[in-house]
Amino acid sequence: GVYWVDSQQKRYVPVKGDHVIGIVTAKSGDIFKVDVGGSEPASLSYLAFEGATKRNRPNVQVGDLIYGQFVVANKDMEPEMVCIDSCGRASGMGVIGQDGLLFKVTLGLIRKLLAPDCEILQEVGKLYPLEIVFGMNGRIWVKAKTIQQTLILANILEACEHMTADQRKQIFSRLAES
Amino acid sequence: MAAERKTKLSKNLLRMKFMQRGLDLETKKQLEEEEKKIISEEHWYLDLPELKEKEWFIIEEQSFLLCEDLLYGRMSFRGFNPEVEKLMLQMNAKNKVEEVEDEAVELDVSDEEMARRYETLVGTIGKKFAKKRDRASYEEDENGHIKPTVKVKKMFLKPQD
Repeated sequence: GVYWVDSQQKRYVPVKGDHVIGIVTAKSGDIFKVDVGGSEPASLSYLAFEGATKRNRPNVQVGDLIYGQFVVANKDMEPEMVCIDSCGRASGMGVIGQDGLLFKVTLGLIRKLLAPDCEILQEVGKLYPLEIVFGMNGRIWVKAKTIQQTLILANILEACEHMTADQRKQIFSRLAES
Repeated sequence: MAAERKTKLSKNLLRMKFMQRGLDLETKKQLEEEEKKIISEEHWYLDLPELKEKEWFIIEEQSFLLCEDLLYGRMSFRGFNPEVEKLMLQMNAKNKVEEVEDEAVELDVSDEEMARRYETLVGTIGKKFAKKRDRASYEEDENGHIKPTVKVKKMFLKPQD
């Protein structure tokens, strides 16, 4: 029996095993400092990428977006993240590509969107080709072919929190027409 | 006089094995006890009765991953990023532990094309090994495929009267 308390909050607390989107803020020696929206920046070693060795450094600059998971995250220590899974493969983690838009939402919305039976995502996927990355720290990165489409997508996802299902369907049908 | 007085040997020396062979059992025991006393007095211990740890059936977890069956965070729709779409199938299939039945091996070349190629291949390789006389007989078919013409065997013709 698993019981959990579902609450709504905006502030993220690093949790081990969570996949998050972080922004590289500093590069010092062998590690990168990545801002994940928590109380302190997480550290990311440059060896924690797929195919990275001491000679073959990953191409990560300050200001890049990183999708990774936490390997150490408790209240006593600085959080550490990696862009590699337990088998040593990247499996989608690493630097997120160019362009696109990063915006912040509440944590509850992310969980709602990532639920297996989420209608919003299915409807959004029918509109136009796009790519989304969800971070459990409340950050979403979207990318579509044009800037306008990207902005529309960002607005929909942000507004989804406060809309009812009917309002959402109205908006989607209006978009589908245009 | 020298024989009366025993030379005073240090404790460490007395503790050595070759000195203890001559000792009696009693003195040996006494020495051991003394040693133990020294060691145990230095060790600190709690003067409390033995406490039993309570069994706790509740485990606290901070992660939501165990509670809800969430999908993988990277998604791509309508073929925007084909690698991410492949990942989506992989990761979500892992969660559901469904066997991917559609793992049909994608053929780069269709079967028909293969058959056609082999047809002409026989001609071109055959040409290589054909004798000079026969090479001329390799004509081009309508489609441009090189086919060896069927050789008419020369039979003995009976002379007509």
